[in-house]
Amino acid sequence: MSDTKKFLFINRKAPYGTIYAWESLEVVLISAAFEQDVSLAFMDDGVYQLTKGQDTSGIGMKNFSPTYAALGDYEITKIYVEKESLEERGLTLDDLQHLVWEDEDEDYAEKDSIRLVSRAELGDVMAEQDVLFNF
Amino acid sequence: MSILHLVNKSPYENSNLNTASSIMKGDDVLLLIEDGVYGAVKSGKASAMIAGQKVSVLGPDLAARGISEDKLADGVDVIDYAGFVDLVESNDKVQSWL
Amino acid sequence: MKFTIQVNEGPYQHQSADSAYHFAKAALEKGHEIFRIFFYHDGVNNGTRLTTPPQDDRNIVTRWTELGQAHDIDMVVCVAAAQRRGIVDDGEAERNGKDATNIAPGFRISGLGQLVEGGIQSDRLIVFGD
Repeated sequence: MSDTKKFLFINRKAPYGTIYAWESLEVVLISAAFEQDVSLAFMDDGVYQLTKGQDTSGIGMKNFSPTYAALGDYEITKIYVEKESLEERGLTLDDLQHLVWEDEDEDYAEKDSIRLVSRAELGDVMAEQDVLFNF
Repeated sequence: MSILHLVNKSPYENSNLNTASSIMKGDDVLLLIEDGVYGAVKSGKASAMIAGQKVSVLGPDLAARGISEDKLADGVDVIDYAGFVDLVESNDKVQSWL
Repeated sequence: MKFTIQVNEGPYQHQSADSAYHFAKAALEKGHEIFRIFFYHDGVNNGTRLTTPPQDDRNIVTRWTELGQAHDIDMVVCVAAAQRRGIVDDGEAERNGKDATNIAPGFRISGLGQLVEGGIQSDRLIVFGD
């Protein structure tokens, strides 16, 4: 497509304390309909959005964390998670949801969507993009 | 290819300036606006984060906060909103560190 | 150049709406085109006509209306964010059974696709927020 752009949605805030995590995801889902080259990045407190075992029943808010697992169905296959942000927070990949997508070119083989990157590598990813979204 | 990084919060309030200054590279430019201008004050510890980077500050935000230009770290460029527009135009994209 | 501006915060609470406005004005003065100003999160509150700010301070909503009308700018309030926060036009009032509307002149309520389209069609996206 002549006007396909590379979009990167950058997430730096924790979920539930503010609405930014959820409302940013709403933009990501809509963007899938526009057939652009969409990637997501999670850094700083944004890495908390992807943690497993979120139970919001006690705070009376909708638990939107299952939505991340659906991103593969929206053809969002590049989810960058920053190593330094995980380490600073005492998290590992095991604490995060296992996000996958199905590669129809390889018999729907399940592949990992999360790409663990250093801050410097994330900077390189940002440099390759056309549009940077922040919330 | 260069990114214009915008930081609008004081470095003493949150880590946005730390993140921005540690990830920027090459010909990237940092513009401090709103409360972000406090990061450019020489006597503040946080000004060490911007040493060696290409940094501009929005003059109107400095003046609003009573910061005179002689208080700024060396090499910081003071611009107005027209200059802000020029920076957006001359860099390939904008990264707002919110 | 064509710019799309995203405003994430409401009037007065944060400086974002002011910074976005001054940037937009400067961009227009330099001959650039504003493709769209998209109001998201609490930014939708820039689009209510019911504010009565003190006389000795700027009127943020009216300022947007005047800028939008003077330069024929497409000022879009996100429908999902507006529904959550109570910014209503005639269509939304009817659809959702509300007995009043409050959208300010010059603003229209539309979907998140308008932001994505802004990113596609513009040369630059500039986000003002918290």
